[in-house]
Amino acid sequence: MFVKKILNIKNLKFAPFILLSACIENAPLDSLSPEGPYARSIDELFWITFWIAVGVFVIVQGALLLSVFVYKEKPESPEPKQIHGNTKLEIVWTVIPVLILAAIAVPTVQTIFDLAREPEDALKIEVIGHQWWFEYKYPDYGITTANVLVIPADKPVRLEMWSNDVLHNYWVPKLNGKRYLVPGQTTYLNLHADSPNEFWAQCGEFCGLSHSKMRGRVLSLSQEDFENWVANEQKNAIAFSNEDISLAAEGQQVYLNAGCTQCHVVNGVWDVQGDRIAPNLTHFAVRNVFAGAALKNNRENLTRWLANPAEIKPGTFMPNLELTESEINALIAYLETLK
Amino acid sequence: MTKIIEPKKQSNIFRRPSSETGIWSWITTVDHKRIGIMYGYAAFFFLLIGGLEALVLRIQLSQPDNNFLTAAEYNAMFTMHGTTMIFLAIMPISAAFFNYLLPLQIGARDVAFPRLNALSFWIFIFGGAFLYSTFIFGTAGAPEGGYLAEEVGWLGSAPNGGWFGYQPNAGMKYSPGTAMDFWAIGLQILGIASLISAFNFITTIINMRTEGMRFMRMPVFTWMTFAVSFLLAFSLPIIAIALFYVTFDRKFGTTFFLTEGGGDPVLWQHLFWLFGHPEVYILILPAFGIVSEVLPTFSRKPLFGYAAIVFAGFGIAFIGFGVWAHHMFASAISPVAQAGFGLSTMVIAVPTGVKIFNWLGTIWGGKLKLNTPMLFSLGFIGMFVIGGLSGVTHSVVPADTQQTDTYYVVAHFHYVLFGGALFGIFSGLYYWFPKVWGKMYNETLGKIHFWTMLIGFNLTFGPMHWLGLQGQVRRTWVYAEETNLAFWNVVVTVGAFIIALSIIVFMINWIFSKRNGEKAPFDPWDARTIEWTIPSPTPVWNFSKAPVVKSLDDFWHAKYGEDDEGRSVRRDSADQLLQELEEEGLNPSEDIELPNPSYYPIILASGLPFLGYAVIYYSVPLAIVGTLLLLIGGFGWGTEPLEEAIEELEHE
Repeated sequence: MFVKKILNIKNLKFAPFILLSACIENAPLDSLSPEGPYARSIDELFWITFWIAVGVFVIVQGALLLSVFVYKEKPESPEPKQIHGNTKLEIVWTVIPVLILAAIAVPTVQTIFDLAREPEDALKIEVIGHQWWFEYKYPDYGITTANVLVIPADKPVRLEMWSNDVLHNYWVPKLNGKRYLVPGQTTYLNLHADSPNEFWAQCGEFCGLSHSKMRGRVLSLSQEDFENWVANEQKNAIAFSNEDISLAAEGQQVYLNAGCTQCHVVNGVWDVQGDRIAPNLTHFAVRNVFAGAALKNNRENLTRWLANPAEIKPGTFMPNLELTESEINALIAYLETLK
Repeated sequence: MTKIIEPKKQSNIFRRPSSETGIWSWITTVDHKRIGIMYGYAAFFFLLIGGLEALVLRIQLSQPDNNFLTAAEYNAMFTMHGTTMIFLAIMPISAAFFNYLLPLQIGARDVAFPRLNALSFWIFIFGGAFLYSTFIFGTAGAPEGGYLAEEVGWLGSAPNGGWFGYQPNAGMKYSPGTAMDFWAIGLQILGIASLISAFNFITTIINMRTEGMRFMRMPVFTWMTFAVSFLLAFSLPIIAIALFYVTFDRKFGTTFFLTEGGGDPVLWQHLFWLFGHPEVYILILPAFGIVSEVLPTFSRKPLFGYAAIVFAGFGIAFIGFGVWAHHMFASAISPVAQAGFGLSTMVIAVPTGVKIFNWLGTIWGGKLKLNTPMLFSLGFIGMFVIGGLSGVTHSVVPADTQQTDTYYVVAHFHYVLFGGALFGIFSGLYYWFPKVWGKMYNETLGKIHFWTMLIGFNLTFGPMHWLGLQGQVRRTWVYAEETNLAFWNVVVTVGAFIIALSIIVFMINWIFSKRNGEKAPFDPWDARTIEWTIPSPTPVWNFSKAPVVKSLDDFWHAKYGEDDEGRSVRRDSADQLLQELEEEGLNPSEDIELPNPSYYPIILASGLPFLGYAVIYYSVPLAIVGTLLLLIGGFGWGTEPLEEAIEELEHE
């Protein structure tokens, strides 16, 4: 694929740049294509620093290569003058970097405080880190969900974050930088997406065996869609009656009896007070990913996951329940009804 | 009356108890040169192991969702790669240089405490062996209550919490088994070795300088050794305490870093990086020193701004203690702390820049001989500048919150520690090869090594900048195909194998040149410092008579004067001087007392791993064995005179 792209380019001089941009374009975790004001302010700061660094790079490497070419030993080279130093030069190359760094420092400090400020009227969402998935709670709406963070577009949201176990690090590169989730402390992160879109999230801090599979999605919705989503999330699931003989109803029985309820809540079917260690499944089918957003929510993946979770997420706290094929099928049919 | 002695036959003076050659002579040696050589070989062995671990990691990452390694194996491999390269490869290779060169550069016969020096080496060996015994004895598994689909296996039974061991993930609940205990106690043992050598070098530099070797006449490598020794002395106690806390948390139920017991996991980060950042300068300053020796020699010019370079080195060492939280910009620290540490990080770029500009000033206007050591030093400048500049982008805190924990950081510190420290070390290995072995290395192979390594290095770590900015997170066992990171990961893996190839070239060169290389003259580079005034290979007694130093770059000024324009002119007396030095160097004209070999350093050091195992397995018998070895070693040591010869002479 990449080779093709290279061959198609007539002027090979630009090949590396096009190759790079080709890769960046489709990278969902790309930190260089901001889609919100927070990420954009960081991006601007990065490019200022980057171009200054490029300038310094060119000067220093240029001086290095130039000295090598000019002063490389030749038969006619004279013995060099024994110069021990030059105080003026020392001052110059101390002061100039100080000035450059001061120029970078001013916007840096400003941006630090801008990013940390709590936005007015921001929606508050709690983010709780678990090995290896993110849980989201909306205290204003009484919603608990997982893996997919749903936010209104074109509005700031304020994340209040902590961890249930080890250190995690919440990162949505297109919306803001990273922030740790620490057990026993609350940390804060602001997000703001320009327009309705889907973004990728990833845990940044090494958090154990399945760190690489601790991912997430952020879905920014228009105000109307967001309100609809809230209204839907606030509903309980409808319990199947015991007489119902559909496959989904059978799946509900599997959910209730196979051990799933030890850790998973379905509001209206099996809701208990207190925090559970696994995602709330009430609106499972609405979410397009599961298992820490490591898997797309489809039948094939659910079958693999339910057959042996540890195969997909090493170290997971979800046991292999030794479900039969028919139990798995029933369970999937049930999960598909949880909208 | 002075008598001319043939050192090897003078058993009444040298009193080498068993043998001067063979394995026992090495095990009992207290000669700083032999200890340096052993440090070098052991560290290089670990460098190869750490390199193999890196290759295994790169194979796993060469395609998305790869299953070459399990998650447990991958985590063990990156933890051991980092731990090995830092504590068992780069630090001890630097120690090899310190040991071998420091006494030679200041005109001393040995370090201040030769047996302590041996002790420090053997503790390092036992610490490394102890850490690596995790592959045999260590156990690891899923966190309490978690499940694994397959056995962890021997490859996964190594420490797996990262070389940074962040709590509580590296605590007992989330990293059960003994593997992380091997890490914590292994580092503890290795720390003792470094601490001992730090005090030894500080004492040596302060007390053992030869006549006329004032501080401001010391070679820059010696200066950097001095700076590194202070860094070690002040930073290692911090990590020692933190590692004790971790060990207590894991083995004895304390909760220093565990939230449920009122502890604070962020405190570990502070303590770790309060050590960990000075550690970065511990790794890089020796290379600064080496480069500051090589560049003037091969430019035939004095070091530009000697004082500036020395003070910049100490400035870096000092400010290095005030920047640790830039490893934690995304962690639970306030905006004020972020701003403060961002600024201090920018400040440290200034003395670093001063050094680079002075090195450029050194080669500017010189007469550059592009031998392998020079190539590596020039490569060092080029690569280190890249690492330094990406470091400045980290000081821009908001930008760093995007970059931290991604491959951008991996790229950054490999440019500093590989492109910087390791290039400097290779430069030094080639530069002093003739002095150590009395043979010349093969220049062609050396140049092939340099160019393949430079290309492989940039292919490996250059694209990592992009990978990080595109969102590849560190310490991840797999990445999704949709992230579009595969292409550059393949390039990186290819680069890693090119580096491996260059290392093979280096090893071939080393082995053959050491055996069959041309005989080296004692001053092959027309060098400037006094270690080149003695024969190659260095005789066991170093200097036949203590040199008297009259200026900075004393040896150069003995050989060269200056004309009206300030250009070097070889003195008429130079050839005669060299001839005299050579004769004198091989035939000392006065009695020489050297410290005797001793069994006790290795006996004392061997007690530490037993104590380590005792803590891991709660074993009283092992604790008794370990303590007895410490006591026997210590008692024997205390009652053994350093130089038997002195007593005998008095009896005469």
